[in-house]
Amino acid sequence: MTPLATLHNSPLGYPVLSLIIFLPVIGAALLALIRDEEQSRWFSLIILTLTFFFSLPLLGHFQADVLGFQFVERHAWIPGRGLNYLLGVDGISLPLVLLTTFLGPVTILCSWRYITHRVRECMACLLLTQGILTGVFVALDMVLFYFFWEAMLVPMFLLIAIWGGPRRKYAAVKFVLYTLAGSIFLLLAIVGLYVKAGSFSYPVMLGLHLAPTWQFWIFMALLIGFAVKIPMVPLHTWLPAAHVEAPTAGSVILASVLLKMGTYGLLRFNLTLAPVASVSLAPYIMVFSVVAILYGGLLSLAQEDIKKLIAYSSVAHMGFVTLGISVLNMQGFQGAMLQMINHGLTTGGLFLLAGMLYERTHSRELAVNAGLGRLMPGFVFFLGLYSLSSLAFPGTASFVGEFLCLSGAFNHSMRLGAWVIPGALIAAAYMFRMFLTVTWGKGGDPKLARDINLREWASLLPPALLVVLFGFYPAPILRIMNPVLEAIIGRLPVEKSIDMAAMISHSLHGFLN
Amino acid sequence: MVEQTTFSILPVLIVTVSLVGAGLIMLFRDNPNRRETVSVVTGVVKFLMVLAMVPPILHGQVIRCHIVEVLPGCSLVFRVDGFSMVFALISSFLWILTSFYSIGYMRGLKEHAQTRYYTCFALTLSGALGVAMSGSLFTMYLFYELVSIFTYPLVMHHEDGEAKWGANKYLVYLMGTGKLFFLSAVVITYVISGNLDFGPHGILPADANPTLLIVLFVLFVAGIAKSGVIPLHSWLPSAMVAPTPVSALLHAVAVVKVGVFCVARVIYSVYGPELMQRLGLVMPSAYFFSATILIASMIALTHDNLKARLAYSTVSQLAYITLGFALVSVNSMTGGAIHIANHAFSKITLFYCAGAIFVATGKKYISELDGIARSMPITMTAFAIGAFSMIGVPGTAGFISKWFLGLGALDDHSLLLLVIILTSSLLNAGYFLPIIYRAFFFKQKSEDRHLREAPLFMVVPLSVTAALTIFFGFFPQPFLRLIAEVLS
Repeated sequence: MTPLATLHNSPLGYPVLSLIIFLPVIGAALLALIRDEEQSRWFSLIILTLTFFFSLPLLGHFQADVLGFQFVERHAWIPGRGLNYLLGVDGISLPLVLLTTFLGPVTILCSWRYITHRVRECMACLLLTQGILTGVFVALDMVLFYFFWEAMLVPMFLLIAIWGGPRRKYAAVKFVLYTLAGSIFLLLAIVGLYVKAGSFSYPVMLGLHLAPTWQFWIFMALLIGFAVKIPMVPLHTWLPAAHVEAPTAGSVILASVLLKMGTYGLLRFNLTLAPVASVSLAPYIMVFSVVAILYGGLLSLAQEDIKKLIAYSSVAHMGFVTLGISVLNMQGFQGAMLQMINHGLTTGGLFLLAGMLYERTHSRELAVNAGLGRLMPGFVFFLGLYSLSSLAFPGTASFVGEFLCLSGAFNHSMRLGAWVIPGALIAAAYMFRMFLTVTWGKGGDPKLARDINLREWASLLPPALLVVLFGFYPAPILRIMNPVLEAIIGRLPVEKSIDMAAMISHSLHGFLN
Repeated sequence: MVEQTTFSILPVLIVTVSLVGAGLIMLFRDNPNRRETVSVVTGVVKFLMVLAMVPPILHGQVIRCHIVEVLPGCSLVFRVDGFSMVFALISSFLWILTSFYSIGYMRGLKEHAQTRYYTCFALTLSGALGVAMSGSLFTMYLFYELVSIFTYPLVMHHEDGEAKWGANKYLVYLMGTGKLFFLSAVVITYVISGNLDFGPHGILPADANPTLLIVLFVLFVAGIAKSGVIPLHSWLPSAMVAPTPVSALLHAVAVVKVGVFCVARVIYSVYGPELMQRLGLVMPSAYFFSATILIASMIALTHDNLKARLAYSTVSQLAYITLGFALVSVNSMTGGAIHIANHAFSKITLFYCAGAIFVATGKKYISELDGIARSMPITMTAFAIGAFSMIGVPGTAGFISKWFLGLGALDDHSLLLLVIILTSSLLNAGYFLPIIYRAFFFKQKSEDRHLREAPLFMVVPLSVTAALTIFFGFFPQPFLRLIAEVLS
């Protein structure tokens, strides 16, 4: 058995992972008992703050130098079918779990005044999302993983469809259709893996040595499932629609955590379960990543709608993540992981700011909001900080991530690096365009300007602090994830061994005859 | 060579003091006197702290202050050697003078948004000093980009169409090249050497692919567009829409010197003289920078706008510095490094004069300056001193630089370079002497008779810098000793 698959019992006396999954879920149920809207807001805030504090022992007791899964919880679920309730975290999932719990209270704070009708229901949805997202990152049983993966759709669909903008129905349906279509392939892959492994347990599957053909198809099926979520060009068109229509909290969750489900899956499942196929197929992902970086950036440059601009910038940023993964070297992996965290903090912050502008002017158009920033110094401070981070300004978190991704790319080949660098330039262009229009532009109605209040400070400040901290000191995250990433690289074969042309023609042959 | 390093917290304090200053300036936005006192006091404190670092440096030490390791081999670290000191001393000293000058200029013209102006000024100085004292490519890149950001509002100051055009051009050029070339150069350096921290030698491995190293050098030179190298220079004349003190300190000293200083660091600390020689980069880059010297001087001849002429003169003079470093001989690098200081004193004098003329008379064009020296004798004398120094007349600071540069050219047995240096001196004379001649010897127009000198806040600083231009023409030792500490 590979060390990656070892299961370490929790040093804590209580099931910490279940606690942070189910505390918000139970909280969502309890909201049914609360009638008052203001109370429901406070209740949700307290629940998610508690959840965050309960997740901190994970960081305190995590042994960075130990491979395998820690804080494992294992219970038989449906014994006859090899189904277990199996949870655990390792160096890849821990940062994402903490990101999720960290941003929980922020999503409540930004919905405080934004949501004016059906407040309780909205809060319940936010709590549910929180629990389910955590579940996605800690589930080690593939069926459980799939359950959380799909369950995510329900509260997210409701968030967009009920509290969204004018075209919310369209956006919500598009979101669900895209994700469901991708999920079918994910399910297919899981069944395929079960057939070979005889168990749904991911640690057991790690012991598989599949034939290259199997790996190829498993890889493809998983990839399609994850690519929709990431989203990779050309499967990205649901994202701008969903982002634009979703309420602020929905956008924050989407951008900060939900997209990471895809790249997490890519790193966790594709690379470890189909290493041979990964090496052969990585160059194709690379191409799509470069396209995402450049095309996403150019699209972002052309937007007049602030949320759309940020949404397309997400496409480009996630392109950096997939690029980092696809170059298959240590720097790329580290960069991809950091970029996931940093994009979560940065883009989350930008969506918060876009939401605040919307609350003031009831418009997301750049032209309507132009020049308002100079009347709101506190707002501009954060807009500047998050914009700089988004364009990977040195000293902000995204710089380190992007720098490592670029190092990975240049390490892979100078030519690849040369393709990606313009993406960094375009990022600067669209971010400055937005920032400068909002601060210096002309056309906004000055009467609508109102600087951010204490609650808004409270939601913007914590991620901003982390943005700066990780900009200079990413060592804690790197320390946690380095051993796992090294182990994943260690499993990859050195040479490409799949002859793609032969593989496809063989498969077609089998398919047609 | 093992370098003796000592630890000192001073570099951090020097960078943070003007951040604190910027905060206080914003705090006192309703009280101009207090606000400007803060600005001056911050400048003085900063200069004294820089001065405190001189003794250890002169004793052959290098000051190092390691703050945090961001990635393995990539740290936020300050490292102060003689080169850093030259740049740090002049920019912190001239900031004090410029603070006084700004008071005269901004009040004289009743400018708007003065708090923003003083705040950004303080922040930019932090950035410039950060570059001067940077101990790794990461630190250097960080402060380089910060300077671009902080100066944007200064260039944008007037908020009209012209300012917007200039400011956006500024951003497009500097951010564009910074992201496209400088960033990729930093990444490639990290990929091939795994280390970005400066030491006594270059950081690039000697066994790396030579073609790659040459391409990398081109990326560095193109990425550091702040050095005003042609063809990436045209942001500089456009940035002259800024108020004159900004043009004076930032676009003759802080910002553009950040550019040339970065190029110098890349040549000396990233590549190192031996590698430069071995790659055959010395002569091609020397000719490349010489082209900038000549072309910019010729463009300067064509401009009637005084600030535009000074801007192109800056482009040309900056190339002397990069040329000096590109030649990598002891003499030439001494010439380049000391020209950082000498050009600063002379050019800031010229800009101060241009601003004083504008405040006192509202004139921007050279053709309007007939006989102006009759009304503004002190200003125009200072102007003449600055111009003589730019031409390289003996007894002024500029002569010392050209002397060493000429020696450097001869070290490399390149007569052509010497000819270029001399030709450019002629060109300098060609665009400066007519101004002086017009100011002193043309008959003053009768409607200009009533004109008087600018406020004392402006006249005193420009007299001081003019005096220093002469002083360092006779006593260049302070800077020479600092430079010799690095090159020995």
